[in-house]
Amino acid sequence: MTWLNIVIQGALVGGFYALFACGLSLMFGVMKVINLAHGDVAVVAGYTAVFLAPKFGVSPLWSFVVVVPVFALLGYVVQRTLIQKSIDRDPFTTLLVTFGLSVLIENLLLEVYTANGQSINIGSLIGSSFQLSSTIYISYVSLVVLGVAVAVLGALQIFLGHTKTGRLIRAVSDDREAAQLSGANYRHIFGIAAGIAFATVALAGIAYGMTTEFAPSSGVTNLIYAFEAVVVGGIGSLWGTLVGGIAIGIAQQLGEHINPEYQVLAGNLLFLVVLAVRPNGLFGKKTAPS
Amino acid sequence: MSDAPTGESSVVLEVSGLSVHHGQLCAVEDVSFSVSRGEVLAMIGANGAGKSTLLRTIAGLHTPSGGSISFEGADISRLAPHRRFARGISLVPEGRRLFSSMTLEENLLVGTTKGARGTFTIEAIYELFPWMRERRRSRVWQFSGGEQQAVAIGRALVANPRLLLLDEVSLGLAPIVIERIYDVIPRIVAEGVTVLIVEQDVGQGLKVATRVHCLLEGRTSLTGVPGELSDADIERAYFGASLHDSERRAGGGA
Repeated sequence: MTWLNIVIQGALVGGFYALFACGLSLMFGVMKVINLAHGDVAVVAGYTAVFLAPKFGVSPLWSFVVVVPVFALLGYVVQRTLIQKSIDRDPFTTLLVTFGLSVLIENLLLEVYTANGQSINIGSLIGSSFQLSSTIYISYVSLVVLGVAVAVLGALQIFLGHTKTGRLIRAVSDDREAAQLSGANYRHIFGIAAGIAFATVALAGIAYGMTTEFAPSSGVTNLIYAFEAVVVGGIGSLWGTLVGGIAIGIAQQLGEHINPEYQVLAGNLLFLVVLAVRPNGLFGKKTAPS
Repeated sequence: MSDAPTGESSVVLEVSGLSVHHGQLCAVEDVSFSVSRGEVLAMIGANGAGKSTLLRTIAGLHTPSGGSISFEGADISRLAPHRRFARGISLVPEGRRLFSSMTLEENLLVGTTKGARGTFTIEAIYELFPWMRERRRSRVWQFSGGEQQAVAIGRALVANPRLLLLDEVSLGLAPIVIERIYDVIPRIVAEGVTVLIVEQDVGQGLKVATRVHCLLEGRTSLTGVPGELSDADIERAYFGASLHDSERRAGGGA
């Protein structure tokens, strides 16, 4: 039963990692940008839900209804201005710019809201869970987060696979120049991809704030797990990211079971093993012969 | 060819004094020509003569360092590639450049997304290349070079362009396959599409073209109608200076 519990709890955490990571994967896939401020965007969304949303009369529980669309717009604007400017120079510049953005965000949050942990108050929902067996409890909130992650990834998959805009996003991802020759304004497409990335990571940030405490430094910590989920699952595969997230989650639970100090270590070890044995990840795209 | 409708020989593309630089290197220098509706212009020249650069500049992928490009009377020199596409210019790029993660049909669908409606529907492409219908759900990276080339042409055609730019469609293909691809060009022209072809294979270019334009080291070395040019003329224009010519150039005349 302990083992089953490890798998279940790991999967619940893994859903969150996947939700957190899918935007990172999308931005890398479409514009080859590794957004080092990705995690910080999630934290900003968390702070927005805690401090700003109530000022406009939005309860923290429903803050995502407002915060997610706002962050989608923010993503589009940040992409079309700051990130596009750095892409136009060279790929290394995007790393520096997003890294700088990450440092800037973290320190601004420290300055304004201190290093104290915050969480999104959802009242009695936080403690409620149901009992699967004598030793296995499943938290409602975690289950909802996993469900949201699956729904978001599924919706994204359908969007990319079966809509006109989704196809253009994939076209730009495959071959930017050829996509331009087929009428795609790649800067606009980049903006849409960043909008999706910011929206999903904002949702992840709010989900995080509902299940646990966060602080200005939480972004960087979670970004590492998101990276690991993407790499383990394989770049370019959304379901792969979900499986990767769940695999990292289970490894962490397993590590924690052996010794609470090993929680993070176990996840990192799994990541290293996958990187060594299957560098393309579990569901990674086979590189097409060109 | 007497395909061009009389009284309606309007200029579709006008390139004047065009120069393009890749950094320090001058790839195209002071090239001028025009293409009228219904014409097939073959741009020939050796490797590195600047033909592909010229075509890519017309499509908007390079910024000219001098001169202008106008399409249907409007200056398009500064428009982004997707805007030129919206006006009716489609380029089939060198090396096919298909969307490798997609199926054949998805590749064509991308072409229709921002393209104009017209005679070239996806269905019409399947009639032009009957083998496609049955393989429309296959991923394109498994296709042979000739099949990929056909898909690339199809992807450009479904946008119903008024000017089709074909860059080295015969490159790396077997003669029989090249033959089959070139077979469809008259049918494309018959729909009123103006075609500009870049070819290294001079014989192939001359066969379909109504006019020829030869580039040598980025400059125009010859223009004319295929039937009226001698092989010797073409050879000189293609391979460059005989001793006599190079002396003349060194003397300052261009």
